[in-house]
Amino acid sequence: MTPTTAPTPRQTALLAQLLATGLLIDSGVPGVYGRGAAFEEIRLAVDRLIDSVAAGDDAEALRFPPVLPRRHLETSGYLASFPHLAGTIFAFEGDEQDAAAQARDADAHARWDRHQQMTDVVLTPAACYPVYPAIAARGPLPPHGVCIDAGGAYVFRCEPSQDPARMQMFHQREIVRLGEPETVAAWRNVWRERCMTLLDDLGLEPATDVASDPFFGRQGRMLATSQRQQALKFEVSVAIAGDEPTAVASFNYHRDHFAERFGILAQTGGAVHTACLGFGLERITLGLLAAHGLDRGAWPPGVRLRLGLS
Amino acid sequence: MHDTIRALLTQSGRLTTDASTLPVDADLYTAGLTSHGSVTLMLAIEEAFDVEFPDHMLTREVFSSIGAIAAAVAELRPIPAA
Repeated sequence: MTPTTAPTPRQTALLAQLLATGLLIDSGVPGVYGRGAAFEEIRLAVDRLIDSVAAGDDAEALRFPPVLPRRHLETSGYLASFPHLAGTIFAFEGDEQDAAAQARDADAHARWDRHQQMTDVVLTPAACYPVYPAIAARGPLPPHGVCIDAGGAYVFRCEPSQDPARMQMFHQREIVRLGEPETVAAWRNVWRERCMTLLDDLGLEPATDVASDPFFGRQGRMLATSQRQQALKFEVSVAIAGDEPTAVASFNYHRDHFAERFGILAQTGGAVHTACLGFGLERITLGLLAAHGLDRGAWPPGVRLRLGLS
Repeated sequence: MHDTIRALLTQSGRLTTDASTLPVDADLYTAGLTSHGSVTLMLAIEEAFDVEFPDHMLTREVFSSIGAIAAAVAELRPIPAA
Protein backbone atom coordinates (compact mmCIF):
# COMPACT_ATOMS: atom_id res chain seq x y z
CA MET A 1 0.00 0.00 0.00
CA THR A 2 1.27 3.45 -0.82
CA PRO A 3 0.54 6.46 1.38
CA THR A 4 -2.74 8.15 0.50
CA THR A 5 -1.73 11.80 0.78
CA ALA A 6 1.62 13.55 0.99
CA PRO A 7 2.47 14.88 4.47
CA THR A 8 3.14 18.57 5.10
CA PRO A 9 6.73 19.55 6.01
CA ARG A 10 5.62 20.12 9.62
CA GLN A 11 4.05 16.65 9.78
CA THR A 12 7.25 15.10 8.44
CA ALA A 13 9.31 17.07 10.97
CA LEU A 14 7.03 16.14 13.89
CA LEU A 15 7.14 12.44 12.98
CA ALA A 16 10.95 12.55 12.80
CA GLN A 17 11.12 14.18 16.25
CA LEU A 18 8.64 11.69 17.77
CA LEU A 19 10.73 8.78 16.49
CA ALA A 20 14.07 10.37 17.47
CA THR A 21 12.89 10.96 21.04
CA GLY A 22 11.39 7.46 21.38
CA LEU A 23 7.89 8.79 21.97
CA LEU A 24 6.87 6.64 18.99
CA ILE A 25 8.69 3.57 17.67
CA ASP A 26 9.02 3.03 13.94
CA SER A 27 7.74 -0.25 12.47
CA GLY A 28 8.66 0.36 8.84
CA VAL A 29 4.95 0.56 7.91
CA PRO A 30 3.48 4.08 7.62
CA GLY A 31 0.91 4.74 10.34
CA VAL A 32 1.90 1.74 12.50
CA TYR A 33 4.00 2.64 15.53
CA GLY A 34 5.04 1.33 18.88
CA ARG A 35 4.40 3.71 21.77
CA GLY A 36 7.24 4.70 24.07
CA ALA A 37 6.68 4.84 27.84
CA ALA A 38 6.53 8.66 27.87
CA PHE A 39 3.88 8.67 25.11
CA GLU A 40 1.77 6.03 26.87
CA GLU A 41 1.85 7.90 30.20
CA ILE A 42 0.29 10.91 28.49
CA ARG A 43 -2.21 8.85 26.48
CA LEU A 44 -3.39 6.99 29.59
CA ALA A 45 -3.63 10.28 31.52
CA VAL A 46 -5.92 11.65 28.77
CA ASP A 47 -8.02 8.47 29.01
CA ARG A 48 -8.35 8.91 32.80
CA LEU A 49 -9.33 12.56 32.34
CA ILE A 50 -12.14 11.45 29.99
CA ASP A 51 -13.14 8.91 32.69
CA SER A 52 -13.59 11.74 35.18
CA VAL A 53 -15.60 13.86 32.73
CA ALA A 54 -17.78 10.83 31.85
CA ALA A 55 -18.47 9.91 35.48
CA GLY A 56 -21.79 11.82 35.47
CA ASP A 57 -23.18 9.63 32.68
CA ASP A 58 -23.05 6.53 34.89
CA ALA A 59 -22.22 4.56 31.75
CA GLU A 60 -21.88 0.79 31.82
CA ALA A 61 -18.30 -0.17 30.96
CA LEU A 62 -18.05 -2.93 28.36
CA ARG A 63 -14.80 -4.04 26.75
CA PHE A 64 -14.29 -5.80 23.42
CA PRO A 65 -11.23 -7.17 21.61
CA PRO A 66 -9.85 -5.30 18.58
CA VAL A 67 -11.45 -7.83 16.25
CA LEU A 68 -15.09 -7.87 15.26
CA PRO A 69 -17.12 -10.83 13.97
CA ARG A 70 -17.20 -10.44 10.19
CA ARG A 71 -20.96 -10.90 10.26
CA HIS A 72 -21.35 -7.80 12.45
CA LEU A 73 -19.34 -5.72 9.99
CA GLU A 74 -21.57 -6.99 7.17
CA THR A 75 -24.76 -6.23 9.11
CA SER A 76 -23.55 -2.73 10.02
CA GLY A 77 -23.34 -1.66 6.37
CA TYR A 78 -19.71 -0.54 6.84
CA LEU A 79 -18.57 -1.92 3.48
CA ALA A 80 -21.13 0.18 1.60
CA SER A 81 -19.69 3.36 3.12
CA PHE A 82 -16.01 2.62 3.81
CA PRO A 83 -14.84 -0.29 1.61
CA HIS A 84 -11.40 1.34 1.36
CA LEU A 85 -10.75 1.46 5.12
CA ALA A 86 -11.78 -2.04 6.25
CA GLY A 87 -9.22 -4.63 7.32
CA THR A 88 -10.28 -8.25 6.93
CA ILE A 89 -8.37 -11.04 8.68
CA PHE A 90 -7.24 -13.99 6.59
CA ALA A 91 -5.53 -17.15 7.87
CA PHE A 92 -3.83 -20.21 6.46
CA GLU A 93 -5.89 -23.12 5.20
CA GLY A 94 -4.30 -26.17 3.60
CA ASP A 95 -2.19 -29.27 4.10
CA GLU A 96 1.48 -29.75 4.97
CA GLN A 97 2.59 -29.12 1.40
CA ASP A 98 0.62 -25.89 1.25
CA ALA A 99 2.15 -24.84 4.57
CA ALA A 100 5.66 -25.51 3.24
CA ALA A 101 4.91 -23.53 0.07
CA GLN A 102 3.59 -20.64 2.16
CA ALA A 103 6.72 -20.68 4.34
CA ARG A 104 8.94 -20.61 1.22
CA ASP A 105 6.98 -17.67 -0.22
CA ALA A 106 7.18 -15.83 3.09
CA ASP A 107 10.91 -16.48 3.45
CA ALA A 108 11.39 -14.89 0.03
CA HIS A 109 9.09 -11.99 1.02
CA ALA A 110 6.97 -12.99 -1.99
CA ARG A 111 3.16 -12.84 -1.93
CA TRP A 112 1.69 -15.62 0.19
CA ASP A 113 -1.98 -14.61 0.08
CA ARG A 114 -2.83 -17.55 -2.24
CA HIS A 115 -2.50 -19.83 0.80
CA GLN A 116 -4.92 -17.76 2.87
CA GLN A 117 -8.67 -17.87 3.38
CA MET A 118 -11.01 -15.31 4.88
CA THR A 119 -11.71 -15.91 8.59
CA ASP A 120 -14.81 -15.05 10.60
CA VAL A 121 -13.21 -11.89 12.02
CA VAL A 122 -12.22 -8.42 10.80
CA LEU A 123 -10.26 -5.67 12.52
CA THR A 124 -12.61 -3.44 14.53
CA PRO A 125 -13.10 -0.22 12.51
CA ALA A 126 -14.62 1.82 15.35
CA ALA A 127 -14.86 1.05 19.05
CA CYS A 128 -18.66 1.35 19.12
CA TYR A 129 -19.33 -1.39 16.53
CA PRO A 130 -19.36 -4.34 18.97
CA VAL A 131 -21.78 -2.45 21.24
CA TYR A 132 -24.85 -2.54 18.97
CA PRO A 133 -25.16 -6.34 18.54
CA ALA A 134 -24.35 -6.82 22.25
CA ILE A 135 -27.18 -4.49 23.28
CA ALA A 136 -29.57 -5.92 20.69
CA ALA A 137 -29.01 -9.40 22.15
CA ARG A 138 -30.26 -8.22 25.56
CA GLY A 139 -33.76 -7.59 24.21
CA PRO A 140 -35.79 -4.35 24.13
CA LEU A 141 -34.18 -1.24 25.67
CA PRO A 142 -35.39 -0.07 29.10
CA PRO A 143 -37.44 3.20 29.14
CA HIS A 144 -34.47 5.55 29.55
CA GLY A 145 -32.23 3.70 27.14
CA VAL A 146 -28.64 2.78 27.93
CA CYS A 147 -25.23 4.46 27.94
CA ILE A 148 -22.21 2.27 27.21
CA ASP A 149 -18.58 3.16 27.77
CA ALA A 150 -16.71 1.03 25.22
CA GLY A 151 -13.32 2.09 26.60
CA GLY A 152 -10.23 3.07 24.69
CA ALA A 153 -10.01 0.21 22.21
CA TYR A 154 -7.58 -0.27 19.35
CA VAL A 155 -9.30 0.31 15.98
CA PHE A 156 -7.98 -0.08 12.43
CA ARG A 157 -8.27 2.03 9.27
CA CYS A 158 -6.36 1.01 6.16
CA GLU A 159 -4.91 4.41 5.25
CA PRO A 160 -1.11 4.38 5.35
CA SER A 161 0.25 7.89 5.84
CA GLN A 162 3.41 9.70 6.93
CA ASP A 163 1.25 12.12 8.92
CA PRO A 164 1.84 11.05 12.54
CA ALA A 165 -1.77 12.01 13.32
CA ARG A 166 -3.13 9.54 10.75
CA MET A 167 -2.33 6.17 12.25
CA GLN A 168 -3.66 2.91 10.84
CA MET A 169 -4.19 1.51 14.32
CA PHE A 170 -4.99 3.76 17.24
CA HIS A 171 -6.98 3.96 20.46
CA GLN A 172 -10.46 5.32 20.07
CA ARG A 173 -12.21 6.11 23.35
CA GLU A 174 -15.90 5.72 22.63
CA ILE A 175 -19.09 6.23 24.60
CA VAL A 176 -22.41 5.20 23.06
CA ARG A 177 -25.93 6.35 23.90
CA LEU A 178 -28.96 4.35 22.81
CA GLY A 179 -32.49 5.53 23.50
CA GLU A 180 -35.28 7.86 22.42
CA PRO A 181 -34.35 10.36 19.66
CA GLU A 182 -34.56 13.48 21.87
CA THR A 183 -32.51 11.92 24.68
CA VAL A 184 -29.78 10.78 22.31
CA ALA A 185 -29.54 14.09 20.42
CA ALA A 186 -29.39 16.10 23.67
CA TRP A 187 -26.69 13.80 25.10
CA ARG A 188 -24.52 14.31 22.03
CA ASN A 189 -24.74 18.10 22.32
CA VAL A 190 -23.86 18.03 26.03
CA TRP A 191 -20.74 15.99 25.26
CA ARG A 192 -19.58 18.35 22.56
CA GLU A 193 -19.50 21.15 25.14
CA ARG A 194 -17.79 18.89 27.70
CA CYS A 195 -15.13 18.08 25.11
CA MET A 196 -14.52 21.74 24.30
CA THR A 197 -14.02 22.48 28.02
CA LEU A 198 -11.78 19.44 28.50
CA LEU A 199 -9.45 20.39 25.63
CA ASP A 200 -9.53 24.08 26.51
CA ASP A 201 -8.38 23.18 30.04
CA LEU A 202 -5.41 21.39 28.43
CA GLY A 203 -4.41 24.55 26.55
CA LEU A 204 -5.26 23.13 23.12
CA GLU A 205 -7.53 25.91 21.80
CA PRO A 206 -10.20 23.58 20.38
CA ALA A 207 -12.61 24.51 17.58
CA THR A 208 -15.80 22.69 16.64
CA ASP A 209 -17.61 22.37 13.32
CA VAL A 210 -20.04 20.22 11.36
CA ALA A 211 -18.13 17.42 9.62
CA SER A 212 -18.57 14.34 7.44
CA ASP A 213 -17.09 10.86 7.40
CA PRO A 214 -14.54 9.83 4.72
CA PHE A 215 -17.11 7.92 2.65
CA PHE A 216 -15.84 6.15 -0.48
CA GLY A 217 -16.33 7.29 -4.07
CA ARG A 218 -19.01 9.39 -5.78
CA GLN A 219 -21.81 7.87 -3.74
CA GLY A 220 -19.69 8.76 -0.72
CA ARG A 221 -19.75 12.41 -1.69
CA MET A 222 -23.53 12.21 -1.68
CA LEU A 223 -23.55 10.57 1.76
CA ALA A 224 -21.10 13.18 3.06
CA THR A 225 -23.23 16.06 1.75
CA SER A 226 -26.33 14.52 3.28
CA GLN A 227 -24.53 13.98 6.60
CA ARG A 228 -23.43 17.63 6.69
CA GLN A 229 -26.85 18.95 5.67
CA GLN A 230 -28.43 17.07 8.56
CA ALA A 231 -25.57 18.01 10.96
CA LEU A 232 -25.22 14.35 11.95
CA LYS A 233 -21.50 14.68 12.72
CA PHE A 234 -19.56 17.28 14.69
CA GLU A 235 -15.83 17.26 15.17
CA VAL A 236 -13.60 19.06 17.63
CA SER A 237 -10.21 19.94 16.19
CA VAL A 238 -6.89 21.16 17.57
CA ALA A 239 -3.61 22.16 15.92
CA ILE A 240 -1.15 19.28 15.49
CA ALA A 241 1.05 19.63 12.43
CA GLY A 242 -1.30 19.95 9.48
CA ASP A 243 -2.17 23.07 7.50
CA GLU A 244 -5.60 22.86 9.10
CA PRO A 245 -6.49 21.82 12.67
CA THR A 246 -6.85 18.04 13.09
CA ALA A 247 -10.03 16.40 14.39
CA VAL A 248 -9.37 14.81 17.80
CA ALA A 249 -12.95 13.99 18.77
CA SER A 250 -16.19 13.36 16.91
CA PHE A 251 -19.84 13.35 17.93
CA ASN A 252 -21.98 11.23 15.69
CA TYR A 253 -25.75 10.94 15.52
CA HIS A 254 -26.72 7.77 13.62
CA ARG A 255 -30.49 8.29 13.87
CA ASP A 256 -32.02 4.77 13.53
CA HIS A 257 -29.23 3.32 11.32
CA PHE A 258 -27.65 0.92 13.84
CA ALA A 259 -30.90 0.23 15.71
CA GLU A 260 -32.54 -0.82 12.47
CA ARG A 261 -29.53 -2.81 11.22
CA PHE A 262 -29.09 -4.76 14.45
CA GLY A 263 -32.77 -4.92 15.47
CA ILE A 264 -32.54 -2.83 18.66
CA LEU A 265 -36.09 -2.21 19.93
CA ALA A 266 -37.57 -0.12 22.74
CA GLN A 267 -39.78 -1.57 25.51
CA THR A 268 -42.05 1.41 24.91
CA GLY A 269 -42.42 0.49 21.24
CA GLY A 270 -41.05 3.87 20.12
CA ALA A 271 -38.09 4.55 17.84
CA VAL A 272 -34.55 3.80 19.01
CA HIS A 273 -31.81 6.17 17.92
CA THR A 274 -28.10 5.93 18.67
CA ALA A 275 -25.19 8.34 18.94
CA CYS A 276 -21.56 7.86 19.79
CA LEU A 277 -18.67 10.05 20.69
CA GLY A 278 -15.11 9.11 19.96
CA PHE A 279 -11.90 10.61 21.30
CA GLY A 280 -8.74 9.87 19.35
CA LEU A 281 -6.39 9.30 22.28
CA GLU A 282 -3.19 9.37 20.20
CA ARG A 283 -4.30 12.55 18.44
CA ILE A 284 -5.01 14.35 21.72
CA THR A 285 -1.60 13.17 22.97
CA LEU A 286 0.01 14.50 19.76
CA GLY A 287 -1.90 17.77 20.19
CA LEU A 288 -0.45 18.14 23.70
CA LEU A 289 3.08 17.38 22.46
CA ALA A 290 2.70 19.80 19.53
CA ALA A 291 1.28 22.59 21.72
CA HIS A 292 3.48 22.27 24.80
CA GLY A 293 6.63 20.57 23.52
CA LEU A 294 8.00 17.03 23.44
CA ASP A 295 9.49 17.38 26.94
CA ARG A 296 6.62 16.90 29.34
CA GLY A 297 8.67 18.33 32.22
CA ALA A 298 8.53 21.73 30.52
CA TRP A 299 4.74 21.77 30.06
CA PRO A 300 2.63 24.42 31.85
CA PRO A 301 2.03 23.24 35.45
CA GLY A 302 -1.74 23.69 35.06
CA VAL A 303 -1.85 21.23 32.13
CA ARG A 304 0.21 18.63 34.01
CA LEU A 305 -1.99 19.08 37.09
CA ARG A 306 -5.19 18.61 35.05
CA LEU A 307 -3.75 15.37 33.66
CA GLY A 308 -2.43 14.22 37.02
CA LEU A 309 1.09 14.02 35.57
CA SER A 310 4.26 15.04 37.38
CA MET B 1 -40.34 9.56 -16.73
CA HIS B 2 -42.24 9.75 -13.42
CA ASP B 3 -43.37 6.13 -13.71
CA THR B 4 -39.81 4.97 -14.44
CA ILE B 5 -38.63 6.80 -11.33
CA ARG B 6 -41.48 5.23 -9.33
CA ALA B 7 -40.39 1.77 -10.54
CA LEU B 8 -36.77 2.48 -9.56
CA LEU B 9 -37.95 3.73 -6.16
CA THR B 10 -39.80 0.46 -5.63
CA GLN B 11 -36.70 -1.56 -6.58
CA SER B 12 -33.97 0.53 -4.93
CA GLY B 13 -35.45 3.02 -2.52
CA ARG B 14 -36.65 0.65 0.22
CA LEU B 15 -39.47 3.06 1.08
CA THR B 16 -41.90 2.43 3.89
CA THR B 17 -44.78 3.55 1.65
CA ASP B 18 -45.95 2.34 -1.79
CA ALA B 19 -43.93 4.19 -4.45
CA SER B 20 -46.36 3.37 -7.26
CA THR B 21 -49.06 5.71 -5.88
CA LEU B 22 -46.72 8.39 -4.48
CA PRO B 23 -47.52 11.95 -5.67
CA VAL B 24 -44.86 13.67 -7.76
CA ASP B 25 -44.20 16.28 -5.07
CA ALA B 26 -44.29 13.94 -2.03
CA ASP B 27 -41.23 14.10 0.22
CA LEU B 28 -39.30 10.88 -0.29
CA TYR B 29 -37.45 11.12 3.03
CA THR B 30 -40.81 11.29 4.82
CA ALA B 31 -41.80 8.24 2.74
CA GLY B 32 -38.87 6.35 4.26
CA LEU B 33 -35.96 7.05 1.91
CA THR B 34 -32.68 6.75 3.87
CA SER B 35 -29.28 8.27 3.01
CA HIS B 36 -28.03 4.88 1.81
CA GLY B 37 -31.30 4.30 -0.05
CA SER B 38 -30.85 7.60 -1.89
CA VAL B 39 -27.37 6.51 -3.00
CA THR B 40 -28.70 3.21 -4.38
CA LEU B 41 -31.48 5.16 -6.09
CA MET B 42 -28.99 7.66 -7.55
CA LEU B 43 -26.93 4.85 -9.13
CA ALA B 44 -30.09 3.17 -10.49
CA ILE B 45 -31.29 6.44 -12.05
CA GLU B 46 -27.90 7.06 -13.66
CA GLU B 47 -28.04 3.62 -15.24
CA ALA B 48 -31.68 3.82 -16.35
CA PHE B 49 -31.42 7.30 -17.93
CA ASP B 50 -27.78 7.07 -19.02
CA VAL B 51 -26.79 10.22 -17.14
CA GLU B 52 -24.10 11.05 -14.61
CA PHE B 53 -24.92 13.42 -11.76
CA PRO B 54 -22.16 16.00 -11.26
CA ASP B 55 -20.96 16.55 -7.68
CA HIS B 56 -23.03 19.68 -7.12
CA MET B 57 -26.21 17.68 -7.81
CA LEU B 58 -25.42 14.92 -5.29
CA THR B 59 -27.54 16.57 -2.59
CA ARG B 60 -30.57 15.63 -0.53
CA GLU B 61 -32.73 18.19 -2.37
CA VAL B 62 -32.17 16.62 -5.81
CA PHE B 63 -33.49 13.28 -4.52
CA SER B 64 -36.23 14.71 -2.30
CA SER B 65 -39.22 13.98 -4.59
CA ILE B 66 -40.09 12.25 -7.86
CA GLY B 67 -40.53 15.68 -9.44
CA ALA B 68 -37.14 16.93 -8.22
CA ILE B 69 -35.41 13.82 -9.59
CA ALA B 70 -37.22 14.18 -12.95
CA ALA B 71 -36.17 17.83 -13.19
CA ALA B 72 -32.54 16.91 -12.48
CA VAL B 73 -32.54 14.11 -15.06
CA ALA B 74 -34.13 16.43 -17.65
CA GLU B 75 -31.39 18.96 -17.01
CA LEU B 76 -28.69 16.35 -17.59
CA ARG B 77 -30.12 14.58 -20.67
CA PRO B 78 -29.21 15.86 -24.09
CA ILE B 79 -32.12 17.53 -25.91
CA PRO B 80 -33.63 14.89 -28.23
CA ALA B 81 -33.31 15.57 -31.95
CA ALA B 82 -36.52 16.91 -33.49
